[in-house]
Amino acid sequence: MIQLVDLNKFYGDKHVLRNINANFYPGVANLVIGASGGGKSVLVKTMVGLETPTSGQVLFEEQDYHNLEYDKQQALRREIGMLFQGTALFDSLTVEQNVEFPLLMFSEMSKEERMERVNLCLSKVNLHNANQKVPSEISGGMKKRVGIARAIALPIKYLFCDEPNSGLDPLTSRVIDNLLHDITKEFGITTIINSHDMKTVKDIGEHIVFMHQGQKWWEGSKEELPEAQKSNPELNAFVKASF
Amino acid sequence: MNLFSEIGRYIIFMKYVFKRPERGRVFWSMLTREMNLIGIESLVVVILIALITGAVTTVQTASQLASDSGVLPPSLFPMEIVGSVVGSSSILEIAPTITCLVLAGKIGANIASEIGNMRVSEQIDAYEVMGINSIGFVSLPKILAGVIMIPCLILVSVFLLMVGGLIAAKLTGIMTMDQYVTGLRSSFVPHYVNVLMVKGYIFSFIITSMSAFQGYYTKGGALEVGEAGTKAVTRICVTILAFDLIIAKLLL
Repeated sequence: MIQLVDLNKFYGDKHVLRNINANFYPGVANLVIGASGGGKSVLVKTMVGLETPTSGQVLFEEQDYHNLEYDKQQALRREIGMLFQGTALFDSLTVEQNVEFPLLMFSEMSKEERMERVNLCLSKVNLHNANQKVPSEISGGMKKRVGIARAIALPIKYLFCDEPNSGLDPLTSRVIDNLLHDITKEFGITTIINSHDMKTVKDIGEHIVFMHQGQKWWEGSKEELPEAQKSNPELNAFVKASF
Repeated sequence: MNLFSEIGRYIIFMKYVFKRPERGRVFWSMLTREMNLIGIESLVVVILIALITGAVTTVQTASQLASDSGVLPPSLFPMEIVGSVVGSSSILEIAPTITCLVLAGKIGANIASEIGNMRVSEQIDAYEVMGINSIGFVSLPKILAGVIMIPCLILVSVFLLMVGGLIAAKLTGIMTMDQYVTGLRSSFVPHYVNVLMVKGYIFSFIITSMSAFQGYYTKGGALEVGEAGTKAVTRICVTILAFDLIIAKLLL
């Protein structure tokens, strides 16, 4: 479980995350939703350690991530997988080498064991016969799937996805959503998906955090969402505008 | 951003560069790849520049000695002086400084734009999220490869500068080969080789570390990646020339 406690982030005078308290649960797809500029990406980047909070805490199983010693923080990072908005695949490496990379860096597996794991991860994301291609030779949807395969190559506990559907057609978006849902359930990991796609919320969302103007505006389950819309005009406007 | 905060950021950057690599075998494979890119793939340009610069230096020095300066008649200058001037200036200045200024344009721009591109395409963020020291991972193999290979290129350059001068002397007939070689030998001071190597190691560190630093802190998109390359080359050239003066003052 990941908990945010009084999290604040300033860029100069600009207050981009305002006193955020939220929980993200294991084994469910936790969605952070909201309009562009609402602080979703900064929130996710702060949670994975790419940004440092100005004040407050990000607790991974009650460990204050940003105040851990360097080595412990690096060890915790190895339990985190991340799917980036632009996929962030290593462009000089093939698909196979991209997925193998975390194993090469952080496991003691032999070459055969690594290849077995790589092929397993690629089959989990339904990607076949692309092992020797480089990222520039594959489509956007395939890149996202390679990104997911790389993220789950090591036995991770937390999976962060920054706009996993950006730039994808509706059909491929649903494929990626279903993959994220299946992986979350199969491995029991804490998945945090940053999205402004309400279709994703409808299909796979379980626990939802709505961000507005840098604040956590609402938090609850998908089932509670329709009721919350009635009393929350900003949430209602966002949901209605999405359909 | 002022100069002092930039220097401070550079020092902090270097602190992370020299942390122990996470995985030795990955590091070694990256190091050999970079040695090939920096060393072998720069060989042709270094050869061409050294041969041509050596020839030009010889022809111009001979021309200046042959012209009547009004101090002494040209006939009183022995032509061996040409070999002597080319030899000393090749070792002390042309080989280390000119070669490194050229390599700043080739290697420095390449490193800055490669790392800058990794930054804007979130590849560096991906290393960080995996728990890899991204500064060391992307920079150390390049810096180490540069410090190993660029001094070797400088040694090749010294030799070819002298060969270029010899070829020019032979082809233009301004002096005999014996005169040229005698001049080279008479001016040789072993200490100059120490100065050459000190310059080589310092300049190669400047080229690779400053370009990696510039690339690592790129923000924005494709335009900024290009700007990072240009900025890196400009700053490296100025820094090399400043250190050239400092080393000359300290060691000569």
